[in-house]
Amino acid sequence: MSTAIAEKRPSTLRGASLPKWAPYAIAAGSVALGLGISAAAGLNSSIQWALMAGVLFVLGTYVIAARVEGRRQAKDRVATALVWVAFLLAVVPLVSLVWSTVSRGVKVLDFYFLTHSMGLISDSEPGGGIYHAILGSLEQVALATLIAAPIGVLTAIYLVEYGRGNLAKAVTFFVDVMTGIPSIVAGLFILSIMLMFDMQPFGFAGSLALAILMMPVVVRSTEEMLKLVPNELREASLALGIPKWRTILKVVLPTSIGGITTGIMLAIARIAGETAPVLLLVWGNSIINANPFEGAQQSLPLYIYQQYANSAGAGAAYDRAWAASLTLIAFVMILNLVARGIARWKAPKTGR
Amino acid sequence: MDTTQITDAPPPAPHIPAPEQKRAARGATRPGDRIFLGLSRGSGILLLVIMAAIAGFLTYRASIAISKDEADFFTTFEWNTQLIPPKFGIAVLVFGTIVSSIIAMVIAVPIAVAIALFLTHYAPRRLSGPISYVIDLLAAVPSIVYGLWGALILVPHMNGLYGWLNDYLGWTGIFSWQGGAPRSMLTVGILLAIMILPIITNVSREVFRQVPQMHEEAALALGATRWEVIRMAVIPFGRSGVISASMLGLGRALGETMAVATVLSPTFDIQASLLDPGGGTFAQNIASKFGEASELGRDALIASGLVLFVITLLVNGAARMIIARRKEYSGANA
Amino acid sequence: MAKRIDVSGLTAYYGSHKAIEDISMTVEPRSVTAFIGPSGCGKSTFLRTLNRMHEVTSGGRVEGKVLLDDEDLYGQGIDPVSVRREVGMVFQRPNPFPTMSIFDNVAAGLRLNGSYKKSELSDVVEKSLKGANLWNEVKDRLNKPGSGLSGGQQQRLCIARAIAVEPKVLLMDEPCSALDPISTLAIEDLIGELKERFTIVIVTHNMQQAARVSDRTAFFNLAAVGQPGKLIEIDETERIFSNPSVQATEDYISGRFG
Repeated sequence: MSTAIAEKRPSTLRGASLPKWAPYAIAAGSVALGLGISAAAGLNSSIQWALMAGVLFVLGTYVIAARVEGRRQAKDRVATALVWVAFLLAVVPLVSLVWSTVSRGVKVLDFYFLTHSMGLISDSEPGGGIYHAILGSLEQVALATLIAAPIGVLTAIYLVEYGRGNLAKAVTFFVDVMTGIPSIVAGLFILSIMLMFDMQPFGFAGSLALAILMMPVVVRSTEEMLKLVPNELREASLALGIPKWRTILKVVLPTSIGGITTGIMLAIARIAGETAPVLLLVWGNSIINANPFEGAQQSLPLYIYQQYANSAGAGAAYDRAWAASLTLIAFVMILNLVARGIARWKAPKTGR
Repeated sequence: MDTTQITDAPPPAPHIPAPEQKRAARGATRPGDRIFLGLSRGSGILLLVIMAAIAGFLTYRASIAISKDEADFFTTFEWNTQLIPPKFGIAVLVFGTIVSSIIAMVIAVPIAVAIALFLTHYAPRRLSGPISYVIDLLAAVPSIVYGLWGALILVPHMNGLYGWLNDYLGWTGIFSWQGGAPRSMLTVGILLAIMILPIITNVSREVFRQVPQMHEEAALALGATRWEVIRMAVIPFGRSGVISASMLGLGRALGETMAVATVLSPTFDIQASLLDPGGGTFAQNIASKFGEASELGRDALIASGLVLFVITLLVNGAARMIIARRKEYSGANA
Repeated sequence: MAKRIDVSGLTAYYGSHKAIEDISMTVEPRSVTAFIGPSGCGKSTFLRTLNRMHEVTSGGRVEGKVLLDDEDLYGQGIDPVSVRREVGMVFQRPNPFPTMSIFDNVAAGLRLNGSYKKSELSDVVEKSLKGANLWNEVKDRLNKPGSGLSGGQQQRLCIARAIAVEPKVLLMDEPCSALDPISTLAIEDLIGELKERFTIVIVTHNMQQAARVSDRTAFFNLAAVGQPGKLIEIDETERIFSNPSVQATEDYISGRFG
């Protein structure tokens, strides 16, 4: 009896729904169709068939779901489909970037390449290496860090531990502004000073521009880390009669040193890849110049650019550019991984 | 009037000016404290001095250049610093910079938001962790590497797409193509989009992750589908965060030098079509012209850099204002 | 309008952890049923299985049957989204959408389904806010954000939002635990009025509250920490509080544990 009644009343809970495998089927169908159309029309660009498959997938999902499940469900499914397509679309170039750098970079990347400069080899000939560029990069980045890290950390200490009032507000605001400075503008700033004193390009000038780019990053990350130190710790130390500066040095900084180090390393990774200011200020050099305070130097990112731009399409130069890119990426990635490792290892114990 | 004020207020210590007294109250009387405060405050002040110096020096050199410019600096379509008298202007650069950045934003923002949603709400947990990590790392890839990849890999792949756009949308004029190498604004915009994608994705992802569970549950309990939950609870909550993320990306796109310099084949004029090579951006123009520039040429480039500096300041300021205005609705207090 | 709930043999898991085990009960339409029990006994989890919110938490899954007027919520082809339209929910902490105005908060559920005319929408909003005893306090500021209200007003706003879509059942998960006594009283009065139209299930930590608002009371308990929670007994509220049939219930109510 009761079941009979229940059957008569239309259910409000039950909706027609597509089977679980439907999205996969639609995806497979759209890829096949996209490939088919491309083959039939004689299109050979992978971008085209991928775009077509993506569009077909989204449209197909909407049409099929709207038929079976209704408009609301269809919208939900289209959102899901779009999100997946966006993800896949974005993955393709990023994977391609990593893949081409690695696969082309390993061609000439060997011990010789890392330990020799370009010397007298012209950009269109094979041979040569990046020793001078690595040396220049390391010196410039190290000098920039020596300037930016202390200033950045001290500024962050000022903002978190002392900062009240208008000066602190102004500093906070201009740190934000500084974060947005394009790297080439930082280069132009140092350049305008050099023009004033009629100076020739040299490595340290690049370091100064890199330091300007690095400072706000260090301030921001250090600030975040210092804010994570619980106030109880500070108060406990102050209550013992320890002066504030010793509290900061002995309690606050040691607690957050892991995070601060991580922040500085990430900032180093960022400036190590900067090309524009180095192009303006350090100029580039094909021979080894170990003195950052006199004469043009080379740097890794600048080397990549010059191998690409000054070689008029010579394959050997492109190979060197890829190999230098791979070296640079490896350097940046190792810095990143180590920095994250430190962050995890030195993370303040939260008691969880 | 005066007398009452004096009696009401606690009498100030006679010899110490007000700020000194304040500092004394904070316990900075020991030499160690004074030195340390001095150092840290000095660093903060140094930062302000640097900013002032950047603005000052750039303006000074720019004024030298502009005073020698025989043409209108803002509206002239040529860059001839060698001429006597010299004529140069930034109209082409303003156009190119804005167009390439707009293309980049139009492509990157929706995709980045979608990926951020994918990572926080759609991807299986086992996938989303590693993917987030990889995107974090991709944000650290130097721009010159993107530039090299763009010039040597992306450019040849664009031919098919360009042909297509020309066939179907060529009649608009914006997408017409005369068959030159695809080293044009569209490719630049696409490359910039790929470059800023990781940053926008990362920041948006963090914002979406912070949406309180209770807002999403509220939507679910009303009978919302997953998409409706995102529309009702996630996106409104994350909107200001997404805007600031986009502005970060825009700032990077506006000032990007190497990726544009490697991909674009620049000319100093404005192309009606996004597909035909030509045009230029501020940063690219500085990098490409710097090598052969005379002293006036460099000052002229510095002047264009100053404009770029001001534009990025305005973009950042706008982002900050948008975020501040939305604070009432931020839900941070809920 | 209101529907009956029939639960039989219900077991819920978080991953491999069994949170509640083998629960069966019937909830009559147009009545208030209170769930009481010590922390961790699974009463909130059980409540969330009644509108399929449990499976939203990662690893959440359910065995057994929940019949809503003869239809199994966990049956084949049942859409959890439709279930949640029929079975509304009010949460422990008031959670109005922070970016929406008071009006939009109440209208949120309606706007999901179909298009309404502005006038229809404001009718429903007014009716729901009146139903939640909130209309007089907010009628002049319907366009202000809902997060600007007091905690008690926010919770009544959430109730208005829940009843605006005309659910058959209203689940309340400790709706007063974040509120002051006066706001609590307002909500309790409201529950008394709402049971004329809805089937109400309320989880509460406050035994006086259970005694005040409910017709029937269910007592949940767990053998030990880590063990699944179980339904000990369910009966008329009066009986549970005066003469329960299980010793554990009496011990809990008289404050000997929990």
